[in-house]
Amino acid sequence: MSRVVGPRSGDAIFASVERVNAELFTLTYGAIVRQLLTDLEEVDEVNKQLDQMGYNIGIRLIDEFLAKSNVTRCVDFRETAEVIAKVGFKMFLGVTASVTNWDADGTCCSIVLEDNPLVDFVELPDTCQGLYYCNILSGVIRGALEMVSPL
Amino acid sequence: MQFFGGSDISPSPPAPTASGHNAHMMYMFNRNGVCLFYREWNRPLRTLNPQQDHKLMFGLLFSLKSLTAKMDPTSAEKGNLGVPQLPGQGCSFHSFRTNTYKLSFMESPSGIKIILVTHPRTGDLREALKYIYNLYVEYVAKNPVYAPGTPIKCELFNTNLDQYVRSIS
Repeated sequence: MSRVVGPRSGDAIFASVERVNAELFTLTYGAIVRQLLTDLEEVDEVNKQLDQMGYNIGIRLIDEFLAKSNVTRCVDFRETAEVIAKVGFKMFLGVTASVTNWDADGTCCSIVLEDNPLVDFVELPDTCQGLYYCNILSGVIRGALEMVSPL
Repeated sequence: MQFFGGSDISPSPPAPTASGHNAHMMYMFNRNGVCLFYREWNRPLRTLNPQQDHKLMFGLLFSLKSLTAKMDPTSAEKGNLGVPQLPGQGCSFHSFRTNTYKLSFMESPSGIKIILVTHPRTGDLREALKYIYNLYVEYVAKNPVYAPGTPIKCELFNTNLDQYVRSIS
């Protein structure tokens, strides 16, 4: 009687949510990283802090992702990586990522973003060697996956 | 021998309350069993104190989900009873109905469970529960003051929820 709704594509969702100016987004993120570098000075500390911030975002973001995209539980890690790359990144950043570099076990892969809105116009100086500028994204993925993982 | 009148067996459902709410009460739990939210609009009978009531509700859902998934005749694999299922995996019940109320249930893969108890003539509430989940995302998950895993105390969520529940048929 009630129609079963399948998962929505990342494009469709991205078109339907409110969006923010890309430059504002890039500049805001750049300001955050700059401030962290000033406050914490150590590159490792900044990486850790960015990951923690991302984690706090991820644990909330997962519900929005599940509510808007209607995906069902993924069967294995491959499917999880595909969903993150094709639906998740598309929905929240408007960019499509690709999954590459699978290892033999299927437990390790790389998600590659062709054009990343966080790093537009950004050049890292030599003093920031080892800084993971986009570490907030790994934190987001970590937080989100933790909320759907088996207990 | 005296027989009770036939009309006593299934009493007609109570008419919607004067305030117009069509639902009796609503619960929300997270994956750890913490009762995030409880709201009642029309609940004349209360048998347990709130903590016991929440625990009973969560336990009931846990058992029902497990039972319905393991009893699935279409499922190819033979699981074993008692093994907890991941949220969103396998088949999951979505409502049960008695002669006086209907209980509708929805669980997200992140473990957020929404339970809505309404009058028995209510139709399929799966879309309504999804909408309530969206309200949760908008007013609770995105609220920076709210700490995930704690009881929900967001006025905007309460107001919008009341408004929406009034419109459910």
